[in-house]
Amino acid sequence: MNLCVLTAHVPDTASVIKVGAAGNRIDETGLKWIISPYDEYAMEEALKLKEARGGTVTYITYGPARAEAGLRECLARGGDAAVHVKGGEATFGDALAVARVLAAAVRKTGTFDLILVGVKGVGSDNGLVGAMVAELLDIPHVAGVTKLEVGEGSLTAHREIEGGAEVVTAPLPCCITAQKGLNEPRYPSLKGIMAAKKIPIQALSVADLGLDEGTLAGAEAGCRWRALSLPPAKSGGTIIPGEEDPAGAARQLATLLREQAKAI
Amino acid sequence: MARASLDLYRVEDLLTDEERLARDTVRDWVEARVMPHIEAWAWEGRFPRELVAEMAALQLLGATWTEYGLPGLSQVGYGLVLQELERGDSALRSFVSVQNSLVMYPILTWGSQEQRDRWIPSLARGEAIGCFGLTEPDFGSNPGAMRTRARRVADGWVLNGEKAWITNGLIADVAVVWAKDDSGSVAGFLVERGTPGFAAIDHKGKYSLRASVTSQLSFSDCLLPLSARLPLANGLKCPLSCLTQARYGIAWGALGSALAMYHAALDYARTRIQFGGAPIAAHQIIQERLVWMANEITKGQLLVWRLGRLKEEGRATYVQVSQAKRNSCWVARECARLAREIHGANGIVNEYPVMRHLMNIESVYTYEGTHDMHTLILGEHLTGIPAFLPPCQGEP
Repeated sequence: MNLCVLTAHVPDTASVIKVGAAGNRIDETGLKWIISPYDEYAMEEALKLKEARGGTVTYITYGPARAEAGLRECLARGGDAAVHVKGGEATFGDALAVARVLAAAVRKTGTFDLILVGVKGVGSDNGLVGAMVAELLDIPHVAGVTKLEVGEGSLTAHREIEGGAEVVTAPLPCCITAQKGLNEPRYPSLKGIMAAKKIPIQALSVADLGLDEGTLAGAEAGCRWRALSLPPAKSGGTIIPGEEDPAGAARQLATLLREQAKAI
Repeated sequence: MARASLDLYRVEDLLTDEERLARDTVRDWVEARVMPHIEAWAWEGRFPRELVAEMAALQLLGATWTEYGLPGLSQVGYGLVLQELERGDSALRSFVSVQNSLVMYPILTWGSQEQRDRWIPSLARGEAIGCFGLTEPDFGSNPGAMRTRARRVADGWVLNGEKAWITNGLIADVAVVWAKDDSGSVAGFLVERGTPGFAAIDHKGKYSLRASVTSQLSFSDCLLPLSARLPLANGLKCPLSCLTQARYGIAWGALGSALAMYHAALDYARTRIQFGGAPIAAHQIIQERLVWMANEITKGQLLVWRLGRLKEEGRATYVQVSQAKRNSCWVARECARLAREIHGANGIVNEYPVMRHLMNIESVYTYEGTHDMHTLILGEHLTGIPAFLPPCQGEP
């Protein structure tokens, strides 16, 4: 089966994030970039399906020049081809613009039985791109998948919902977004790392897809990031001494949780 | 989710994408699979044998060769892999160094086709573990005086002698053993576990490399078939060239320990509050220690990077390898001591990694050529006079 994995290259989750001078972008100076961790679940699932069923795995990303390193890292774990749509600075954070580019790239690249995406790109955390790509391609999607079984012409996906689990069947071709728990992503092997550099990465511009990045980021923008700010520093917290009267301390804690924090 | 690592001189820019990815992969693996347990393993004195298969799956065993479908990682890439392993613990790096430099290297270099076919694939897959027997109880820095003998008999060789301080000895499926033959020339033999007359016992009471297996090997009329001899190994230069390979890896690995100590000390100094609500990192005397560590690590990084590139070009000399091994182990040893001081009393408990690294590095400073022996190797190179074999006094 032909599998397509859409990946995003995001700041390492261990990074210290600073707001850039413009006020609506992060400061990228000195950041280390990684494959978005949820995309790793999508990738692992695609590789497992390929190993079980045969076929190909194609990675597609939309991002600046540095995103090529992310594609190499994907290829190091396995997979057959990679497409790099260059750009993304102007459309940063606009899930619809990103989805329009990725959907066009999928169409241009080939016909796929299954498209796999991380449930969200770590950092912007919108959780929109996968569903939007499916909509633009006019195929069904299942979001937040934690277990996947692919049959002939259809799939069964388990997804977490509030307070329970939902089991969904959908016809192929389909798009799923991968949630933590779907699998345990593998580490790339050294041989995979060495082999990945020999696989050509197809570079495309947004214009090659019949789209105009300026228009996507301008007249047709789905959203614009106006301002970013860091969360306020945490306060010191309240310590309730409990050694002399544990029962009283517990009562006091419960009262504070209910009346002050409104947590219970 | 790799953590930041000291890089004041942008050594990062001198690496290839493959080298960076190999390093980050091993760094992530160590963080996920080693760090949650290493203090317990070291405390219990247990080598985490269950990780051998995982290291093999990452293809860390046989990483630099291309024969038998091995990955063909660059020398710098391999160095970075060992740096990350030893950032976790010297025991893990020691295991990989022995398997690669002291077992696979001699079999690939001097082994028969049959020996190579038999051992290289299974050593790479981690299904077989190897060890290397050169050092003896009475001969460490001077292996040329070894007492272990291999006597030629009608249908093979008979091995007699003792080897000491052998990493992996007790768990090894194959031992690469060096012994003098009837002509007094050093020859290499592959001795399989279970061969009658061959026994391995544990070195008891180690305070260092506690998560590593260290053993003594004894050979008592141990009869080996003719095919056990490494046919192309001839003379002491062969085991010494294995040591040059291993020392190259240690030069990188020890810097990993130094990096672990630097980052532990930096984190601690920034968060430990003392004297008026300020972190101790605000004190000049603490900053001086951190700067010393960062400065020496930076010089060490540039040294091993250059050594790796020279090795890739086939131009690295054993003298350069000695210099790098000597420097890195010294830097790591000093960094462990400085980190211990910065951690105060907390530096002696296993809530922090400091004492474990501090104790480990004493072994690493000493094995594979002591600091002093590498000083004398460099001294001989500079002066032309081997101080370990001084000219007889009183001669004209």
